[in-house]
Amino acid sequence: MNFDYNEEQQLLADSIRRFIAKDYDFETRKKIVASAEGASADVWRTFAEMGLLGIPFASAHGGFGGGAIDLMSVMEAIGEGLVVEPFLCTVGLAGQLVARGGSEAQRNALLPAIVEGRLKMAFAHTENGARYDLAHVAATARPAGKVWLLDGEKRVVLGAPLADKLVVSARTSGKTADAKGISLFLVDRAAAGVSLRPYATLDEMRAADVVLKGVEVGADALLGKEGEAGPLIEEAVDFATALMCAEAVGAMKHANDATLEYLKTRKQFGVPIGTFQALQHRMVDMVIAAEQARSMACLACAKVDGEKDARERARLVSAAKVKIADACRQVSQESIQLHGGMGMTEELKVSHSFRRLTMIAQQFGDAEHHLARFAALDRG
Amino acid sequence: MDLNYSPEELSFRDEVRGWLNANLPDNLRRKVAEYQELTREDLLGWHRILARKGWVAPSWPKEWGGTGWNVVQRYIFEEECGYAGTPPLIPFGLSMCAPVLLKFGTEAQKKRFLPRIYNGEDFWCQGYSEPGSGSDLASLKTKAQRQGDHYVVNGQKIWTTLAHYADWIFCLVRTDSGTSKRQEGISFLLFDMKTPGITVRPLVLMDGGHEVNEVFFDDVKVPVENLVFEEGKGWTVAKYLLGHERMNTGRIGASKRELAKLKEFAAKQVANGRPLIDDVRFRDKLSRVEIELTALEITNLRFLDQMRRTGQPPGADVSMLKIKGTEIQQALSELMMQAVGPLAQPFKPANGGDGFDFFTAAIAPRYCNMRKTTIYAGSNEIQRNIISKMTLGL
Repeated sequence: MNFDYNEEQQLLADSIRRFIAKDYDFETRKKIVASAEGASADVWRTFAEMGLLGIPFASAHGGFGGGAIDLMSVMEAIGEGLVVEPFLCTVGLAGQLVARGGSEAQRNALLPAIVEGRLKMAFAHTENGARYDLAHVAATARPAGKVWLLDGEKRVVLGAPLADKLVVSARTSGKTADAKGISLFLVDRAAAGVSLRPYATLDEMRAADVVLKGVEVGADALLGKEGEAGPLIEEAVDFATALMCAEAVGAMKHANDATLEYLKTRKQFGVPIGTFQALQHRMVDMVIAAEQARSMACLACAKVDGEKDARERARLVSAAKVKIADACRQVSQESIQLHGGMGMTEELKVSHSFRRLTMIAQQFGDAEHHLARFAALDRG
Repeated sequence: MDLNYSPEELSFRDEVRGWLNANLPDNLRRKVAEYQELTREDLLGWHRILARKGWVAPSWPKEWGGTGWNVVQRYIFEEECGYAGTPPLIPFGLSMCAPVLLKFGTEAQKKRFLPRIYNGEDFWCQGYSEPGSGSDLASLKTKAQRQGDHYVVNGQKIWTTLAHYADWIFCLVRTDSGTSKRQEGISFLLFDMKTPGITVRPLVLMDGGHEVNEVFFDDVKVPVENLVFEEGKGWTVAKYLLGHERMNTGRIGASKRELAKLKEFAAKQVANGRPLIDDVRFRDKLSRVEIELTALEITNLRFLDQMRRTGQPPGADVSMLKIKGTEIQQALSELMMQAVGPLAQPFKPANGGDGFDFFTAAIAPRYCNMRKTTIYAGSNEIQRNIISKMTLGL
């Protein structure tokens, strides 16, 4: 048992924290968010130079062969800095689908490019009516001679406007919500028949609805075995969920630090408002919620890295997400309440951590979804 | 980062688990599982079994009988006891009076009291709270006046747990009422419960159980040699004890056992034609408690790991474990109450006769009893004050 970061992880954590403090402060972030792209090419290059983009990929592809535990400190820093770059969707999700399900040729072609910062990816999966059911795929892929033809509509594809390539889920057999019959395809974002309706998300990241109309891809675009992508999708989404739990811990740290500072400096009735017990106890409960959330983020990251039993992994990732979702709501809501009117304004970073935490609470499944999954996987 | 116990820690856990399974008497295991009141003999019986094994006071220095275990091993041992459902080791002697004597006592006091505590020859209780001094302990009024080689004690203590079983009591008393700060002028005294002038009156709780008492002192003569540390420095002693709280405050092991029991019980109850455990409204509450408990276990291990690495005492972290641990214990007792449904009503058997379902009948009193957990040992509000002050600097 040991909860410390090792030397390498600590160095990474220090360097990304230093980078965010110096080059990704709240003012810089505002400019990036307001830019046409909504992300920074310079920052991405720096991430590549720092080695952050290669952490969870094999050394054969230029990576470090690490896992979620190695990424925890990075995700925490990203959360604390409210970094809007498409790190999670490229490195934590779409890249994982390639690393875990791709052929050697596909991995050789894509992973070094991700690691070097030349390639951004997004996972086009969620559809209308799917909510959080990962098996709900109505988009289709039909074989036509030597190629596949893809049709369908995907909603809220995070990072899609920034991505060079998409991983698209499509049904090659079965009915819409069947567990079997889902396949994954690599699709150029700029391919003929792919159209995007891009927008900014509430938490100031970029996403798009993606429409595929008779998109033609070659046989080599099939990622993994035909019709058997279900478990792969679940594994990659669990991995990304665990990373997002660590990101949530960072965002909660910002909300709590900012609120505590405000309680110490804001004066009313001639004294700092932090002298009032009604506020002290709420602040304490926020801190406890964040500690419990941190514990569950550790557990989720450890399980996606080391748990061989897929059912147990899924169950504990869901447990973590329930706790994280509940803590995100509590901490974000209380951080605004304790800031009073100032917390409502766009000027304060705490209103932006509120927005990110609100989205995290529901991303990859809300508390109720994961409670149901947790209970269904219980062996007693 | 590695959340798993090391192979050495795992084999230690297995050793403890195996030994407990083989040595916990069936009648005690059953009484604990069925929430029955434990007698003095039940408590001391288990204490002596552990004493013979050499495991009754793991945190003491080795020369006095400690095991030399590190913080993680001590935690594993305590949680395994909770998980197995052993009777509790009553803390007043082993983990309250003894650490105080080891830190502040004279050699004579150590030699006189420690072996008897270790072997379960003396049953101790704690005289802190008074009718007017609960959370605000430093306002206590019980008076001890020096007269020659004695103190003469007058006053009253309340909530004195198991005073009716006790041979000895350690008390905070006021030896000087003229000090400018009220924390000064308090002293830490040990006295024999058989001393003339002591009256113990039961305070029966709403579950019908007798755990706590009022203790009255009427001209009780306590020899001066029973003063611990200096006169007027009792608050220093009391504060040391607060920082000495144990890391099993969260009672993870016991809550895990109760959670398993609750699942088993809820699976047998039928609601609307199917097992209650499959009822979504019930199941969601159960899952949330299980998740909270999982999180608390990891939090507890994180704190332990930090303690092991830094060598620092846990400080306000223990307050967090206390708040969450007691919330979970109460939530479990509440869900058990919900699970038992209309059968919560039978309370006391007319004759304790054959076929009476003691376990089911114990659930409602248990629910009543568990309300104490967020009040005792520093109410959860006081714990929040501690975190607010010590950790957050508010």
